[in-house]
Amino acid sequence: MKVVYTDSLIIGGGLAGLRVAIAARQRGYDSIVLSLMPAKRSHSSAAQGGMQASLGASVKGEGDDEDVHFEDTVKGSDWGCDQDVARMFVNTAPKAIRQLAAWGVPWSRVRRGNREVVINGEKVTITEKNEAHGLITARDFGGTKKWRTCFTSDGTGHTMLYAMDNKAIELGIPVHERKEAIALIHEDGVCYGAIVRDMITGELIAYVARTTTVATGGYGRLYSVTTNAVISEGIGCAIALETGVASLGNMEAVQFHPTAIVPVGILTTEGCRGDGGLLLDKDGKRFMPDYEPEKKELASRDVVSRRMTEHIRKGKGVPSRYGDHLWLDITLLGRAHIEKNLREVKEICEYFLGIDPVKEYIPVRPTQHYSMGGIRTGATGESPTLKGLFAAGECACWDMHGFNRLGGNSVAETVVAGMIVGEYVADYCQTNPLRIDTKLIEHFMDKEKNKIRAVLKRSKGESPIALKKEMQQIMMDKVGIFRNEADLTQAVEELKDLHQRSRNIFLRNKISSSNPELVEAIRVPKMIRLAQCVAYGALLRKESRGAHAREDYPERNDRDWLKRTLAYWKDENEDLPQLEYEDLDVMKMEMPPGSRGYGADNTIHHPDTEKRMAEIEDIRKANPKADRFEMQQLLNPIELPEKFRGKNERIGRGFN
Amino acid sequence: MSEKERILKFHILRYNPQIKGDTPTMKIYEVQEAPGMTIFIALNDIREKQDPSLQFDFICRAGICGSCAMIINGQPDLACRTLTSKFPEGEIKLLPLPGFELIGDLSVNTGKFMRAMSERVESWIHDQDADNVDLDRLEERMDPDVADEIYELERCVECGCCISACATKRMREGFLGAVGLMRLARYATDPRDKRSNEDFYEIIGDDDGVFGCMTLLGCQDYCPKDLPLQIQIAYLRRKMAMVR
Ligand SMILES: Cc1cc2nc3c(=O)[nH]c(=O)nc-3n(C[C@H](O)[C@H](O)[C@H](O)COP(=O)(O)OP(=O)(O)OC[C@H]3O[C@@H](n4cnc5c(N)ncnc54)[C@H](O)[C@@H]3O)c2cc1C
Ligand code: SF4
Ligand code: SF4
Ligand code: FES
Repeated sequence: MKVVYTDSLIIGGGLAGLRVAIAARQRGYDSIVLSLMPAKRSHSSAAQGGMQASLGASVKGEGDDEDVHFEDTVKGSDWGCDQDVARMFVNTAPKAIRQLAAWGVPWSRVRRGNREVVINGEKVTITEKNEAHGLITARDFGGTKKWRTCFTSDGTGHTMLYAMDNKAIELGIPVHERKEAIALIHEDGVCYGAIVRDMITGELIAYVARTTTVATGGYGRLYSVTTNAVISEGIGCAIALETGVASLGNMEAVQFHPTAIVPVGILTTEGCRGDGGLLLDKDGKRFMPDYEPEKKELASRDVVSRRMTEHIRKGKGVPSRYGDHLWLDITLLGRAHIEKNLREVKEICEYFLGIDPVKEYIPVRPTQHYSMGGIRTGATGESPTLKGLFAAGECACWDMHGFNRLGGNSVAETVVAGMIVGEYVADYCQTNPLRIDTKLIEHFMDKEKNKIRAVLKRSKGESPIALKKEMQQIMMDKVGIFRNEADLTQAVEELKDLHQRSRNIFLRNKISSSNPELVEAIRVPKMIRLAQCVAYGALLRKESRGAHAREDYPERNDRDWLKRTLAYWKDENEDLPQLEYEDLDVMKMEMPPGSRGYGADNTIHHPDTEKRMAEIEDIRKANPKADRFEMQQLLNPIELPEKFRGKNERIGRGFN
Repeated sequence: MSEKERILKFHILRYNPQIKGDTPTMKIYEVQEAPGMTIFIALNDIREKQDPSLQFDFICRAGICGSCAMIINGQPDLACRTLTSKFPEGEIKLLPLPGFELIGDLSVNTGKFMRAMSERVESWIHDQDADNVDLDRLEERMDPDVADEIYELERCVECGCCISACATKRMREGFLGAVGLMRLARYATDPRDKRSNEDFYEIIGDDDGVFGCMTLLGCQDYCPKDLPLQIQIAYLRRKMAMVR
């Protein structure tokens, strides 16, 4: 039995995983990162649009600060997020971006003087301040009050990930590539590492560690059409679920991005609309102002996606052999801008659609994009039920996004969570020496070996690829943008059936070393379980919140549903996850639930909301001299690692 | 896009070094073309319907991550963004990218190569103070043009096309290759990196470095990100020639 020991095991080499590894390494703990492929190819590299941090250097970001970012994030989440975590996040984001600047990200910078931009379909000249010249600039994104999304031309994620991986290489952190974690090792509520399959040789290796951090990204591939990478299959979340001890939070919260190209689902960034692009229907009419007169194309993502779907349902879509779509028009931005700041979009249009977006409209449709749910952790990133197991990034439900995340808040989360959770991982390493019985390792190793052996031996049964396709279609058709009781009930039943069938997978190619079909055989049953968590959670949540839109329950219902869904899979032989709920405490909220300001407000309020508002009013009156920092401390005291507690400086404003 | 759907013929090099006694052979697969079909779509179709053991690497399938470079009808390119309609004869020959360790079929280990390259050119900002930066304060300013210039050199996706197209690399095992020279040029342009020309000379000032390059420019012709390899290599060479 091959066993590798380390202090801090990190499953996933995207932005989040690498940043946790760096934190642990800098505190003196050995870290090993596992990845399905080279870390620099992780899906983080695909983020073109940008990273939110309230630096407020650009003139259109003036007046921005942590408080405004906090408000946008909480509103964006439809009050479904954890406000402590959102606070920790917004306060740390400016530090994260500044650190990345020191580590080599060539952030686009403010250029003093006049510059022409497109706002609301019109060319406007804005004047950047002299004293801001050379600081990190920002662009507009949906659902934000200020221009807060920092970027590097058209390749934000790429430059962030390269800087991060290069930093990891500098620190000598090993990245074990083409290694897939397929089970977690645990006993009595403590996690000790993972069973890992070498995807080239097929060998199973036990990685044993004081702490195990899952940072495996999203699970968009549960859906047949998604912007996500081919490897965004959620295996990290699944192995946490399969412990029966850790839980997954809010799996039903799945985001659809308004503008992926038709039919293949490759994303054109929100930067297109942020920079002034418009959505048009089959008549060439700009329709978003009719639905959302205030934010128009730049309403929150979930809102725009729903409005687009509504508009298509009204017969206003452009018919095509792949179904109806709408147009994204960026022609008004001009060639120079597109070739510099939206070049990746241009390349995608040229290569995959054969069109030139400088002159032609882009066919787009809302498409699965982001997984708000994931491994439930507390504010330190640790699972509340499985000690020593941490999670960070898109695979985690640290819960700063609630039911809808804002564009640019995800790459920001990966890095900020990496910084914060990384410190707590190091703390845990410091206080918890590794004590583990080899028998336990053997037990988990044998279990996985036997499973693989059984699959390879079976002489007839189900094709894993066929099962996966069925699952993806069910999710797409019945657990999509708009949801209802009848479809969801069917989806839950059909997925249950798939789950049973997945116990009987059979392979045509029977080798145990590098074998793509075996990889599917290992993953597909896990993916079906995740899909079941999503569908079942969606069926039971009888309200609409953020990206979870129930046609039969259109109102947000704080009274009954201001809570987080927790999915467990306690018994391997079960065919459905067990759902539990965790209340969000209104009386602790810095920002009690209100209206997001889209459409009519038909929220069913929580009885505590008014109470808390009155209480906040009293606190404000009682502390007339408190500045915004003191006020935040009174309303939402949070704990951050010592090194991230300082106030953030801004141009023209100092540390205020 | 033509509505008439053709039958494409894929000739694919099959070889799995993990299986004892396996030898490289070309195999032919027929696929019905669909509108907008890319090699990514076609290969998945083959794996699904004809041969589940076929190995290849795709991740972003959008021309962004650099995983899927292979030799397509004699030329290195990103397979995910290559449309089958590009080949009027309907014959498509696929070989794994040369110059890298073969994993199996069309899958090669670019990761190992690129990590070694990064370690060799020390692909990170060299600045003793980088880790003591006060994160609460305004970031160090940078001229907007300089930031853009660095980004232009950082767009490399480590796909390996340049390596596979380089005659020098074929003759000199230790030659750094365009990707490594480019990476170094990126840091040499970056004012945050405090390395001197002498420091860079230590890394690339020999025939395995910039002086080994014969400027035949296979690299530039095949770089899918159109990086200015020629200009940057020439610039490095001049700069290094001045050191000694
Ligand atoms: C097309 C696109 C554009 C986007 N644009 C933006 C944007 O502009 N702004 C923004 O804020 N967000 C954006 N996002 C979202 C954001 O990019 C992701 O949420 C974020 O990068 C996820 O990072 P991560 O570190 O959590 O995971 P990833 O970067 O996905 O990394 C996951 C890692 O886990 C590894 N892994 C997975 N499973 C296993 C396993 N079983 N064993 C071992 N290793 C495993 C993988 O190899 C990989 O290294 C975009 C997303 C997409 C799809
Ligand atoms: S120009 Fe230099 S690096 Fe590029 S292919 Fe020729 S020898 Fe190789
Ligand atoms: S320089 Fe171009 S060809 Fe070479 S690895 Fe980078 S992107 Fe690929
Ligand atoms: S799969 Fe990412 S570049 Fe081709």
